[in-house]
Amino acid sequence: MSQNFRLDKGGLIDRSKSISFKFNGKNYSGYEGDTLASALIANGVHLVGRSFKYHRPRGFFGAGVDEPYAMVQLIRDNESIPNVRATEQELFEGLEAKSVNCWPNVDFDIGAINNFLNRFFPAGFYYKTFMWPRSFWYKVYEPIIRKAAGFGVVSANHDQERYEHKYEYCDLLVTGSGPSGLASAYAAAQNGARVILAEDKSRFGGSLLTSEVSIGNQSGHEWAENIISELKSMPNVTVKNRSQVFGYYDHNMLVMSERISDHLPKTNKYTPKQRLWYIRAKEVLISSGSIERPLVFGNNDTPGVMLSSAAKEYLKIFGVLVGKKPLIFTNNDSGYETAIEFKKNGIDPIVLDTRKDPSSEIVNEAKSLNIDIKFSYVVVAAKGYKKVKSADIAKISEDKKQLSQIENINCDCICVSGFWTPTIHLASQSGNKTKFNEEIDAFIPGQSKQNETVLGSAKGIFTLEETLKTSFEKGSELSKKITNKESNISVPSVVEKKHTNHDKFWCVPLPEGKNYKRFLDFQNDVSVSDVELALREGYRSIEHVKRYTTLGMATDQGKTSNLNGLQLVSDVENKVVPQVGHTTFRPPYTPVSIGAIVGREIGKHSKPTRKSPMHEWHEKNNAVFVDAGVWLRPRYYKQGNENLFEGSKREAKNVRQNVGVCDVTTLGKIDIKGPDAAELLNRVYTNAWLKLPVGKARYGVMLREDGIVMDDGTTTRISENHYHMTTTTAQAANVLSHLEYYLQLVWPELNVNVVSSTEQWAGAAIAGPKSRDVLQKLFPDLDVSNEGLPFMGYVEGNLFGVNAKIFRISFSGELAYEVNVESDNGNFMWEKIMEIGKEFNIQPYGTEALSTLRIEMGHVAGSELDGRTIPYDNSLEGLVSKKKDFIGKRSLSKSAYVAPDRQKVVGVVPLDKKTSIPEGSYIVKDAKAKLPNPKLGHVSASCWSVEHDNPFSLAIIKDGKNMIGQKLFAMSPLKNKTIPVEIVSSHYVDPKGERVRS
Amino acid sequence: MLHIKCPHCGLRSQNEFSYGGDATVKRPELNKEVSDQDWDNFVYLRKSPRGKHLELWQHISGCRQWFKVERDTLTHEIFRTLKANEEI
Repeated sequence: MSQNFRLDKGGLIDRSKSISFKFNGKNYSGYEGDTLASALIANGVHLVGRSFKYHRPRGFFGAGVDEPYAMVQLIRDNESIPNVRATEQELFEGLEAKSVNCWPNVDFDIGAINNFLNRFFPAGFYYKTFMWPRSFWYKVYEPIIRKAAGFGVVSANHDQERYEHKYEYCDLLVTGSGPSGLASAYAAAQNGARVILAEDKSRFGGSLLTSEVSIGNQSGHEWAENIISELKSMPNVTVKNRSQVFGYYDHNMLVMSERISDHLPKTNKYTPKQRLWYIRAKEVLISSGSIERPLVFGNNDTPGVMLSSAAKEYLKIFGVLVGKKPLIFTNNDSGYETAIEFKKNGIDPIVLDTRKDPSSEIVNEAKSLNIDIKFSYVVVAAKGYKKVKSADIAKISEDKKQLSQIENINCDCICVSGFWTPTIHLASQSGNKTKFNEEIDAFIPGQSKQNETVLGSAKGIFTLEETLKTSFEKGSELSKKITNKESNISVPSVVEKKHTNHDKFWCVPLPEGKNYKRFLDFQNDVSVSDVELALREGYRSIEHVKRYTTLGMATDQGKTSNLNGLQLVSDVENKVVPQVGHTTFRPPYTPVSIGAIVGREIGKHSKPTRKSPMHEWHEKNNAVFVDAGVWLRPRYYKQGNENLFEGSKREAKNVRQNVGVCDVTTLGKIDIKGPDAAELLNRVYTNAWLKLPVGKARYGVMLREDGIVMDDGTTTRISENHYHMTTTTAQAANVLSHLEYYLQLVWPELNVNVVSSTEQWAGAAIAGPKSRDVLQKLFPDLDVSNEGLPFMGYVEGNLFGVNAKIFRISFSGELAYEVNVESDNGNFMWEKIMEIGKEFNIQPYGTEALSTLRIEMGHVAGSELDGRTIPYDNSLEGLVSKKKDFIGKRSLSKSAYVAPDRQKVVGVVPLDKKTSIPEGSYIVKDAKAKLPNPKLGHVSASCWSVEHDNPFSLAIIKDGKNMIGQKLFAMSPLKNKTIPVEIVSSHYVDPKGERVRS
Repeated sequence: MLHIKCPHCGLRSQNEFSYGGDATVKRPELNKEVSDQDWDNFVYLRKSPRGKHLELWQHISGCRQWFKVERDTLTHEIFRTLKANEEI
């Protein structure tokens, strides 16, 4: 393939390395160092996409992050990546890309009919057109709009790429490697500061790569290369290219996305695709430069119309001509630099300058090069559909309102320059109150909010000499504050061409009888007439105009459109721009991959996984696991083809008939020590704790200050001033914080220490009528009789050489013991229990059987202690001391809490004794009542009672105390079930609690 | 992300801490009569100031100490941090 628009020499590309790539199915070639955009332009391709609303042809407008048009779907390493800017995507061998937002193809796009119907798509048309009938929105309008609008297609596949996060600290973060960034980073580095220099492009140097200047006795480009290589050699400096600092957050935290592998055909093994850096900087130097502003005229979105700085960049960096008959349309001196560059390469440009008679070094140089310059001239409209073919140009009157001598001239591209807009996004995100600078018609940073310092053209300084001088000074001054070192750096001398003032002109009036579309926002298709309409319809605030017209709301965030939009609003409203104000700059400055934001926290890595010491045994014995908070717990141990229901039923039954063992390692454990430990317990639990003897456990309930039950568990007095507290698995961390809160802040006079010991102990609950037999064989020397180790007793024992704590406590309602050993011995304990229990038919049981056992016993757990219930609701009022004060006690006398028909936990049995009641069902009196059917309460937990062999549920219902025996209905609208039920006692098995004491 | 100076450990990122609400609320003493109004104020009523706010944080992934932070709720500026037993 020929590259007809590539110059024979020049540019920073490597012509020895040819690269072949594919765009919309056609093969092309470019060179190493190209972007997809520069390679396509070299091949004469200017039609890359279709616009968002009208499906008008779209080409290239810029050469970097500001690009509003050229977004493509990239195929890389079998992955399809949407919305990649062709101006940023570096070329690699075998690259494949496609146009987006067009069908059937970019050349013939059916959606382009919108362009001819555009009178029906004015600003706010979504709000006006699709309001009626209402039901049409979801079924008709929304799906159609969704299909017609939008850009790339997101792959439905799991993203296989690896993304990383990195946390970094530095003294100075410098964002951008143009002249101001290099000078300030260099000065700071010389003073010994830790510096990070970030550049979003692959090449360092910023404007120095394309401007004709000299610094010292080198060209700007050479100077930049020397500074960069010196910085790279310094141990206190980190230099990063392809890295965009996109967000400035609180307390000088900045986030940078580093594209590590996007420019390669595929990601190398063991390297990430992208890395997100969280950087905490002591000082932030914003050297993000400026972006050229467009001029607004008829059909200014035609492919071939582009920023003059971009045209220059394609020429100087890539050796590519954006056209062979260029028309330069400018209101300032920058356009001349592009014109001269064309001329030097043998192309004759025509310059239209809106100014009447500017005089400066560069204008004179252009004149002396015999460049055709027309002063007081404008482009009225671009002609051509898929590419600029000619332009209507005209002389403009001094008041810039009248056009005369309209003529058509041939050209194949129009390079526009409407002066420069400082890139103030990061400063604004920091909280900097920006101010409007009349001289440059743009906002510049004002008073710093955090530690941000803005340099160079980002601050509106457009001469190299001043930029270098101030940047060296700032870099030195700020780093000296941190390092207390100052090295002498002399600011090099600079040779640059002086510019004269720009013309405060940005929008060409429409000639009489013409209705050209003049675009402000190229990505969202917002034109001058749209904004005018919004203002006519009464929108005043710039924030409202923005949302109504979508001006500046596209993925480029209005980098090229915001200021022209503001100018228009201020012109129409007869206000000055600072009165209109600008919309808020929010991070990210450029789009960031979701993958990079997520980092490695996906799938199994999204949260830590905690496993008990017996986990491997469970795995070997066919446990089916369930997430319990961050823990993995066996739900049941599968035998043969059993399902969950059959397996858990078998396990629960075996506990009731023989003996079972359950891994209870996950229970929260808190070690409490100190002379005031009993007093602390007495204050946090609702029941009395001062008289608990050593060697005894007690069940306790703790409340929040608002009277709601926070957690329950048993606490055992190990010795005089030493207690072992257990909490539920879910609340372990909260309870520890709760205790620390009261000890550190409310009652600092209490002499108590608390520490989590959850992971120090492995626990096994041995439950069932034969549990004592198992325990006796485990601890042959211990007296484990009902007298020797009574219910709620505690004893320490020796389990075949291993120290063990034995608690006679029960969650299942059966005679039961919990044995704790140090975690390392957990597996040994478990295997011993299984070995010794064999003769008693011991079986392990999982959380499902555990739930079944506690539900049919009427023991409340997390589903009843749900953050909405008080002790009474859970039938725990017997544990509430009347004699002493405790956390939350005062709240219990609130009128709602003592209402006679207060809700209470009850048992629920289906009348047919067959139909299981879905958890979450409502309990209602009348199943056929008119909606909304008053609900009495809800079903909190359901099981299949192994004792009665029928379904049984717990429910919390209004006036539960007086509802026993009533026939009601359980309704589950979700499962579409209505089940007639009877309310029974919540203690469905062993209501007197004899088994635990047997 | 805020940068908070734990009075015991020094400057750390916000993700090591957890927020604990208004630090100026005093719990009524145990075993003392408290009116309904006073109790409700203690349990439920909190000021939501725009500007300076003295609040509690716990260094949950560090020393586990509760401490006080004087922060501007509008700008996130942190003026100072104090140990639990220190008063402004």
